[in-house]
Amino acid sequence: MMRRGILAALSAAVIGLGVGASVSAAEFEAPPLQDWSFSGIFGAYEKASLQRGFQVYREVCAGCHSMKLVAYRNLSALGYSEKEVKAFAAEAEVTDGPNDDGEMFPRPGLPSDRFVPPFANDQAARAANNGAFPPDLSVLTKARYRRMGWEGSDYIYAVLTGYHDEPPADFQEKYREEQKKKNKDREEKDKKEIKDFQVAEGMNFNLYFPGYQIAMPPPLADDGVEFADGTKATVKQMAKDVTTFLAWAAEPEMEERKRLGIKVILFLLVLTGLLFALKRKIWADLH
Amino acid sequence: MTVSEWPKQAVSWFDERLPVFTFMQHELNEYPTPRNLSYWWNFGSLAGIVLVVMIATGIVLAMHYTPHVDMAYDSIEQRIMRDVNYGWLMRYVHLNGASMFFLLVYIHLFRGLYYGSYKAPREVLWWLGIILLLLMMMTAFMGYVLPWGQMSFWAATVITNLFSAIPLIGDQIVTWLWGGFAVGNPTLNRFYSLHYLMPFVIVGVVMLHLVALHMHGSNNPLGIDRKEERDSIPFHPYYTIKDALGLGVFFIVFAVFVFFAPNFLGEAENYVRANPFQTPAEIVPDWYFLPYYAILRSITFDIWFIPAKLIGVTAMFGSLMLLFALPWLDTSKVRSARFRPIYKQVYWVFVVDCLVLGWVGANRPEGHILIIGQVATAYYFLHFLVLMPLIGWFEKPRPLPDSISKAVLERPAPPAEAGTGGAE
Ligand code: HEM
Repeated sequence: MMRRGILAALSAAVIGLGVGASVSAAEFEAPPLQDWSFSGIFGAYEKASLQRGFQVYREVCAGCHSMKLVAYRNLSALGYSEKEVKAFAAEAEVTDGPNDDGEMFPRPGLPSDRFVPPFANDQAARAANNGAFPPDLSVLTKARYRRMGWEGSDYIYAVLTGYHDEPPADFQEKYREEQKKKNKDREEKDKKEIKDFQVAEGMNFNLYFPGYQIAMPPPLADDGVEFADGTKATVKQMAKDVTTFLAWAAEPEMEERKRLGIKVILFLLVLTGLLFALKRKIWADLH
Repeated sequence: MTVSEWPKQAVSWFDERLPVFTFMQHELNEYPTPRNLSYWWNFGSLAGIVLVVMIATGIVLAMHYTPHVDMAYDSIEQRIMRDVNYGWLMRYVHLNGASMFFLLVYIHLFRGLYYGSYKAPREVLWWLGIILLLLMMMTAFMGYVLPWGQMSFWAATVITNLFSAIPLIGDQIVTWLWGGFAVGNPTLNRFYSLHYLMPFVIVGVVMLHLVALHMHGSNNPLGIDRKEERDSIPFHPYYTIKDALGLGVFFIVFAVFVFFAPNFLGEAENYVRANPFQTPAEIVPDWYFLPYYAILRSITFDIWFIPAKLIGVTAMFGSLMLLFALPWLDTSKVRSARFRPIYKQVYWVFVVDCLVLGWVGANRPEGHILIIGQVATAYYFLHFLVLMPLIGWFEKPRPLPDSISKAVLERPAPPAEAGTGGAE
């Protein structure tokens, strides 16, 4: 019967999606899920956290990572006044021109400018970072989510707090187990020697980064910034705030989107209810 | 002439010169329709409405999009998503609308498979449906390339490369498709041009689809022709309201995705700018292409002198082309699976087979996944080429009701079907 068949088919589909998500190329620990103020249908960004997060970005991340899609004027959404926004923009130096003499000239940034990137081009960014490329952070949370897995923000928070000086002992144990499991599937001649995980030269151990190591040195240290609002700058606090800021940067429309969504769906529910009643009434004489 | 009469006069004046009003009266108002259509018959009109939504949002997006490899990504992620008023809404409706469109059309197609809607005299209607599906797939693929993210670029590379499997001239064809020696700006430009064109071709084919439909009218859950007058009811108001109700329910589902999970159905990797020098860890298409992708990647072996790639590509296209022959592969005279005890079971096995193919398509073709993919691919073809003809010959169908109204109005329904009667 159609109905029973559909149930079977649907459950097959759900299982399919779940398993599909668990396969990936380089291994890493699944980031633990955090309780974000901005998830859920009524979720909203916490203004104070956004401002602290922006401070972390400005003082720590902006040295290497660009955010080319965000404009200084967008910062007013964080609760800054027009004057403050102007001041943030003016900290940057923008090359403008050509002027009437045909020369390019530097000028202080304006609110209408996009965030000025730290490097002139990708090659310069690589050259300054041992050949590794610090990605643009504008939409990173949208680029790192895993369907049926985690939000991009969970992943970013996990990487920022996932550093260890040495791979921990229980990690090494698990790592060996993983290797043994893989060896089981291999032909005799392809079997690999079981070894502890070795961090490569110039890399840093990170549980949550694909391949367990990352070129970015641990960016956050306790009291690395001095928050304007007096909040204690622990690594976790900074990671949470800067992730909130990045989530906002990637989806600045999120609050408006959800608010509109609630209205649209309430409207549709009422409309559909009315249509349902009308359908019953119109069809009544047929049965 | 009184004031209230003159619009009527104007209408008949116009109608005598171009009969649009007569046409609408016939095809949308009186149009006799089987009285027993279930909600499974809503999906065609839903697909039509989503087509309109896609064209409307697409035209707005096109006003702000820049088809150039250096600017395409920014024109969407920066301009449309951040600076254009409600640009994010247009974009997310268009993005999720594509998924919804395929979802609706797949349900629509599987409805046809279950109730034998492809059988005489609706074969051409069925063909036009397959052509619509093919056109939709081309449109969706080219649209996916436009944001010029990592998946856009690599999907374009993988799919265009399939043509290199064609013997002798394959490589030339690929170069010709690209407009160069790699996927690049000329590729993006032509894809954009075609992505704007194809939906209007689809509109044209939808019209033909509807003309073909109205020749004999809709099939119905019983799969028998209408015999008595009371077997039919006028399309309006009965099916206009039923379609409207279905639309309300569908829009709620659609809105949940657009407003609360706009990126759930997409690939996160496509938010990374296209980089021709870095292949992503996994190249996977959007969900609606996964079963075909699984068939393509299941063929890992050469047969005699024919290379695996050519067989894979042929199998993939063949899986769709096969549908054209379905009216003749199905040898049963009975349309509806309700009266076909064996086909009914096999139908659901086939549905699960397609879902399994979708799941395989989302994973690397290695180890047991590859084997499952190969078995599921083989079963896909077995279903159409062997099971459909054989079941038609050997199955003993249950007795058909004398007429639609007898079956619907003079209950009780046969016990096995009692549960579904209410919902349909
Ligand atoms: C752009 C995509 C499509 C649109 C807009 C569309 C539209 C429609 C509409 C409005 C109907 C009448 C209502 C209904 O029966 O649901 C219909 C009927 C039908 N369509 Fe489609 N269709 C599309 C694609 C397809 C595809 C892909 C197939 C199959 C390969 C198909 C096969 C059929 C058949 C067999 C019928 C008659 C069903 C019956 O009377 O039982 N259509 N279509």
